[in-house]
Amino acid sequence: MAEIRRILIANRGEIAARIIRTCRTLGIETVLAASEADRDSMPARLADRTVCIGPARPSESYLKIETIVQAALGVQAQAIHPGYGFLSERAGLARLCEENGVLFIGPTATQIEAVGDKLRARAEAEAASVPVVPGGAVDSVEAARSLAQRIGAPLLVKAVGGGGGRGMKRVDRLEDLPHLMELASSEAGAAFGDARVYLERFVTRGRHVEVQVLGDGAGRVIHLGERDCSVQRRYQKLIEETPAPGLTRSFRGRIQGAGVRFAERLAYRGAGTVEFLVDVERDAFYFLEMNARIQVEHPVTEAVTGVDLVAEQIAIAQGSGLRLNQRDVQPRGWAIECRVNAEDPARDFQPSPGRVSEVAWPIGPGIRVDTHVGSGSRIPPFYDSLMAKIVAHGSARPAALDRLREAIAATRVAGVATNLPFHAQVLADPEFAAGGVDTGFVARLLRRGPSSTETPSHG
Amino acid sequence: MTLTAKDVAEITRLLEQSNFDELYLELDGVKLSLRRGAGAMPSARSSAVQGQAPPPAPPGPSSSVPPARGAPAHTSSDAPARAATAGSASNHDIPAPLLGTFYRAPKPGAPAFVEVGSSVDEETIIGIIEVMKLMNTVRAGKRGRIVEILARDGALVEYGEALMRLEPTS
Repeated sequence: MAEIRRILIANRGEIAARIIRTCRTLGIETVLAASEADRDSMPARLADRTVCIGPARPSESYLKIETIVQAALGVQAQAIHPGYGFLSERAGLARLCEENGVLFIGPTATQIEAVGDKLRARAEAEAASVPVVPGGAVDSVEAARSLAQRIGAPLLVKAVGGGGGRGMKRVDRLEDLPHLMELASSEAGAAFGDARVYLERFVTRGRHVEVQVLGDGAGRVIHLGERDCSVQRRYQKLIEETPAPGLTRSFRGRIQGAGVRFAERLAYRGAGTVEFLVDVERDAFYFLEMNARIQVEHPVTEAVTGVDLVAEQIAIAQGSGLRLNQRDVQPRGWAIECRVNAEDPARDFQPSPGRVSEVAWPIGPGIRVDTHVGSGSRIPPFYDSLMAKIVAHGSARPAALDRLREAIAATRVAGVATNLPFHAQVLADPEFAAGGVDTGFVARLLRRGPSSTETPSHG
Repeated sequence: MTLTAKDVAEITRLLEQSNFDELYLELDGVKLSLRRGAGAMPSARSSAVQGQAPPPAPPGPSSSVPPARGAPAHTSSDAPARAATAGSASNHDIPAPLLGTFYRAPKPGAPAFVEVGSSVDEETIIGIIEVMKLMNTVRAGKRGRIVEILARDGALVEYGEALMRLEPTS
């Protein structure tokens, strides 16, 4: 068991600051690998040391695998924490670490490859008896008809070689299938030179529910409950919570069990998240993908379980194994998180980089703010626009929601536009307050126009 | 009024098409400074650079190794010591074009590429930076005489860190 005394953090922003915080409590030294644009950032000030790895553009700094490993060797760090995004799910980094005796705080290179390939991940899910979206390839109208009967309407006819919606048809009544399949097939042939099509169940109302898992790499896996991330705009998550509202005890148990089975199948090592699409109308769930890293929204899980996920990642990486048993995980209360982005809802959520002239983050019981932004901070245009995550924890959902509403209202950001008005609007919405919205919620909300309620000023 | 990444890209394009080499724009607390070309200008960085334009490809010599292009040198209060500083008015710091292990000689025991007092031109190799067993030669980038060697042989150097100080000659 190699004790980790120094970690190189190959990331930036709030997650870099958050990793440094845990390292401090563990007495581990931190070296931040920062681009030129982040040399004076808050994480650079918090870290014990900062090394400049290259120019601002990610392709010349944060995405350079060899430079990151060289930096770790050069500063004598025993381990690299990749955070999320950037190189966190690149098997190449995990492999180069393995070859050079540097611990990669994450899964093995092989595991990253297994979950990174959609078809392979789907096959692993099926092998682990984890449900996938029903469907399959069809080569004749007869085969399509019999498969469609089993899937049920509505369903989609999709091009095997396709993408971007071309050659895709929605079938609401099974009698329309032969005609629509022919149409899809000829469109696909013309567009992609491949006329093959497959059928897939269409989920009219879907929710995004994901299961947080921890694995020791030797086959033992536990879960830390689920999160609901259905408040999304164009597949970008904006609000996350745990537990997922409105699930029955048995449904919750089944989806958590499926997440654990998938990770067990891979003998997964470290922290990971198994994502599912919940089909509201059919009361079913299907495997989407696994994220082989710490998630942006991990703090809601930490709030209800009291487990420091980054500390567990580090413990697993240095060979301490899983320090928790399933029965040690006893979630308490409810937690909801808003992602505060430097984006302007009035300008179609355009990124709004710039200098934050003044900022006041909320404080109070049950409130946690993960951020790298203070008064005077810069939001460089080269990276994502996440400024902070505001997390509220309460004894039950209404209490957490009240705290979060107050926290959002108390937040002041001047100098750049933020999506705080959007968050205020969502948190005031009766459908969101009722709980269990589907992934179409944000689009419906935005079509209704901006809320008439007072929204916090954002400078 | 805030600047979006798109605005910065647009401004950069305008600058590229213009006859100016530098642009300094200040509006509503946002400061943008852009500089054309990759000429090594070891000036202290403006404290509020918002969107440093991606440096245009260096016009320097093409070779299989990264050229010692004039990475802007920086001064920063909390950056480790040895970061490139302006030095005396006329002297020029040669910055590390990338992070890696710096070597002054082609192989252990061999004489160093340059010593204090050596005369160099733009193409003269002054050292090697190793990144995961890949050797990248570093060139002086400027004609002159080496007056000080700042980076230690075998040490980790950061991107932009001053390797040597050079007194330019015309």
